[in-house]
Amino acid sequence: MKASMRAKIRKITTFVEETVTEMEQGVDPPTRRAAAVAVIENPYAGQYVQDLSELMAIGEDLGELLTQRAVAALGIAGPSAESYGKAAAVGENGEIEHAAAILHPKLGTPVRRVLGKGAALIPSSKKRGGPGLALDIPLGHKDAAFVRSHFDGMEVRISDAPRANEIMVAIAVTDSGRPLPRVGGLTKDQIKGEDGLR
Amino acid sequence: MPEVQIRKRLLLVEEIFHEGGPVADKPLRRAAALAVIGNPYAGRYVEKIEGFMDDLKPLGLEMARSLVTALDGDPSVVEGYGKGAIIGSAGELEHGALWHVPGGYGMREVLGGAKAIVASTKKVGGPGTRLDIPITHINASYVRSHFDAMEVGIADAPRADEILLALVMTTGARIHARVGGLKASEVKGEDGLR
Repeated sequence: MKASMRAKIRKITTFVEETVTEMEQGVDPPTRRAAAVAVIENPYAGQYVQDLSELMAIGEDLGELLTQRAVAALGIAGPSAESYGKAAAVGENGEIEHAAAILHPKLGTPVRRVLGKGAALIPSSKKRGGPGLALDIPLGHKDAAFVRSHFDGMEVRISDAPRANEIMVAIAVTDSGRPLPRVGGLTKDQIKGEDGLR
Repeated sequence: MPEVQIRKRLLLVEEIFHEGGPVADKPLRRAAALAVIGNPYAGRYVEKIEGFMDDLKPLGLEMARSLVTALDGDPSVVEGYGKGAIIGSAGELEHGALWHVPGGYGMREVLGGAKAIVASTKKVGGPGTRLDIPITHINASYVRSHFDAMEVGIADAPRADEILLALVMTTGARIHARVGGLKASEVKGEDGLR
């Protein structure tokens, strides 16, 4: 980890999920997705703070670190990633706005730098809760948000996080869409890649 | 012999820097490998099930190897281990017991002669059931600093006719271990206990 990391990290958990069969149908190649989750101290826990720039800076650092961890967990090069998503869970002494400060202003740029591209919006979710809560990270294709085969979500949870004064920050990256996509819509080989949508 | 049908795998790696105390020089890492397989005995009582243990051995070995790889590829960094199973609701607890031999075998094979019994737990449950897998030192069960547990689970598993199998390995003591007892440095390593 870089010495310049501005987040005070208690732990990092990575998840790699691989689906090889679904309803007795082989999934070939298997679909694979990874999530990297950091549990950090919330510098604003227990108080109302108007200026959230410290959390925005933390978001920038975690965008890089967690994307690198997720890609490494999949064992792929960044540009080979197909879909992505982000989410944050704030402990009970924080505000939903703290999650927004991490996720929205500055986190996306380093994510896209690690993945090489990423014209599409990074789908996101956020919530407040106690240790062990389930965080559902929405997933969408990184270059064209309308690729229907890649609309998905990945649940992550860590039994001891977030504590009251902590925030859980998660980035999910895949090298594939759903295991057996068959509801039509835009496919990845039809991507024009101009507007991040199609 | 029934074939082992894997639906999905999950590999989970935790890197723990501190828990409110001093930041450790070397973070503690804990990894869990989970596999969701079809339960060949779901939905009925089958008397003879022992043969499935042999069928599961390659999977135990594969999962143990994936843990060592996740912890940087060197078996010598592994200090704690544990195992567990969640049996889907159309199965019985006894089906989870089939994991004791192949799960333990896989880890011992990869770690090269770990002496302590592999701590374990199991239960019957539905999708999303969480399992707290007990963890103890690989060579001496009484090493107090290494008593630990890791919660695992998968949102969509086990389905009724599935079994979720889990193996866990760790690289050391609890991050701020300080309640005394036998230390890892004092292990005699003769009986698997002390």
